[in-house]
Amino acid sequence: MAVLIYTQNYDGKFKKSVFELVTYGAAAAKEMNTDAIAVTTGKLDETTLKELGKYGASKVISVTNNELNDFSEQAYASVIEQVAKKNDADLIVLGNNPYGRAVAPRLAVKLNAGLAAGVVALPSSISPFTVKKRVYSGKAFADIVIKSDVKIITLNQNSYKIEENPTDIVTEDFTAEIPDGAYAVKPIEVVKSSDKLSVTDAEILVSGGRGLKGPENWGMIEEMAEILGAVTSCSRTVSDLDWRPHEEHVGQTGKVVAPNLYIAIGISGAIQHLAGVNGSKVMVVINTDPDAPFFEAADYGIIGDAFEVVPKLNAAFKKFKEEN
Amino acid sequence: MKALICIGHVPDTTSKIKFTDNDTKFDTTDIKYIIGPYEELALTRLLDLKDAGTEMHITAVNVGTAETEPTIRKALAMGADDAIRINSEATDNLFIAKQIAEVYKNGDYDVIITGKESIDYNGGQLEGMIAEFLNLPSVSGASKFEINGDKVILEQEIEGGDLKLEASFPFVVSAGKGFLPESEPRIPNMRGIMMARKKPLQVIEPVAHDAVTEVSKFYLPEPKPACKMVSPDNVEELVTLLHEEAKVI
Repeated sequence: MAVLIYTQNYDGKFKKSVFELVTYGAAAAKEMNTDAIAVTTGKLDETTLKELGKYGASKVISVTNNELNDFSEQAYASVIEQVAKKNDADLIVLGNNPYGRAVAPRLAVKLNAGLAAGVVALPSSISPFTVKKRVYSGKAFADIVIKSDVKIITLNQNSYKIEENPTDIVTEDFTAEIPDGAYAVKPIEVVKSSDKLSVTDAEILVSGGRGLKGPENWGMIEEMAEILGAVTSCSRTVSDLDWRPHEEHVGQTGKVVAPNLYIAIGISGAIQHLAGVNGSKVMVVINTDPDAPFFEAADYGIIGDAFEVVPKLNAAFKKFKEEN
Repeated sequence: MKALICIGHVPDTTSKIKFTDNDTKFDTTDIKYIIGPYEELALTRLLDLKDAGTEMHITAVNVGTAETEPTIRKALAMGADDAIRINSEATDNLFIAKQIAEVYKNGDYDVIITGKESIDYNGGQLEGMIAEFLNLPSVSGASKFEINGDKVILEQEIEGGDLKLEASFPFVVSAGKGFLPESEPRIPNMRGIMMARKKPLQVIEPVAHDAVTEVSKFYLPEPKPACKMVSPDNVEELVTLLHEEAKVI
């Protein structure tokens, strides 16, 4: 028995979302009276690996094969399968991020395990195993019962509070067998890479919509983001019009986000947009139209012209930041 | 290229979601169904490639009851050549993936394409499950699909950027945003709709596979308290509220 947590590293470090996964996995392990074991690929130093003990993992297995420096759905799934079998894992926790989404379905077939993707809370029951997940693109939730012996879940980012839970942790190296053909889809290059925090990792998002009238007006949006240490995002129309890059598009068919604070400027709040952002803890809307649907969903609102309100708000945020 | 494209039958993105039978079933009253948005953009991409001269045969496949046929016919009207419906409720993902894998084995397809995720269950599971059942290579959430001789160039979002990949047939891919470079929707015309009626839509029975997941209850999000309005002439109040009340700055 064990809870196995897949902890993806990025350039040799763990991001906050990994600590969230480990906190969650350790809490689930406690409910199941078992241990939380982390598994990671790539070479990490001992100190970094042991950081996971701070959030409740009692063991971290470091899979050291060099091949794994390149991502492959087949190779990663096979490696996690080998570790899961060796450690008799009955629950496997992955992030609902590009890696988890790619690997979890293959693991489900390998282990004949039921998979709940986009989970938002701890299991409400261990037997039968029941977890709550996001459905209808954020418009609803569902309790999913997993009936197989091994259960797999992918956890939505920012849905579980990171808590320290210092635990004695041991590290273990593991050399996995990489199946033939695992790199049949050949990695060529990483085409663009930016150090900017992604919209899914951001704690604060400043988001602009069609109400801003054109890409030349994004200066004040970027300024607000800079003052608040936030990341900029946008509505679908804005990304479709190429005013902003598509990785900034949040909504049902873009990125689904759950920041602490979401500030929507010139976005009316179509149901498809709200579906992608309504996991935010606090939502602020600034819009000229008092009937904009976003006012129904938001916590705080200002009815007004963005071109007048935003510069004033930026000045107020700046003053606040200087004083605090 | 012989493509097998999985078509989801999902509520229109503008649908108001409600549940019935003590919150255990989706309330289909007044719901308009569409092809899943990611599958629609994948199908459009294939049709664009076909129009640009790539030799292409497109088979649309759906696991569903007779109710999904209008959605399948729409895929045919858009330009898919033929279709297969596996006559079963679409519930457990391993069950659905198993059905698609069986269809693949009985054809000579070069590529299986799914959407990145359905907009109802939001599982995003089919691509990996189908690939694993068939032991095929796969790419999840591709944001590019370009044919280069007998290879396909794809891109996939990873931490810190997009990974460019080269795949050889056969393989499985799920389509994300960017799969279709320009978003010109293909609205079926009268001729397309007439032709779709004559295109083959084969109905087959599912193979057995145990379901390991089920939905026990649905919930709607908790209603939010009313939005607190701040005067545009007093934006400092918003800063104070975000700091002292909401505690997010």
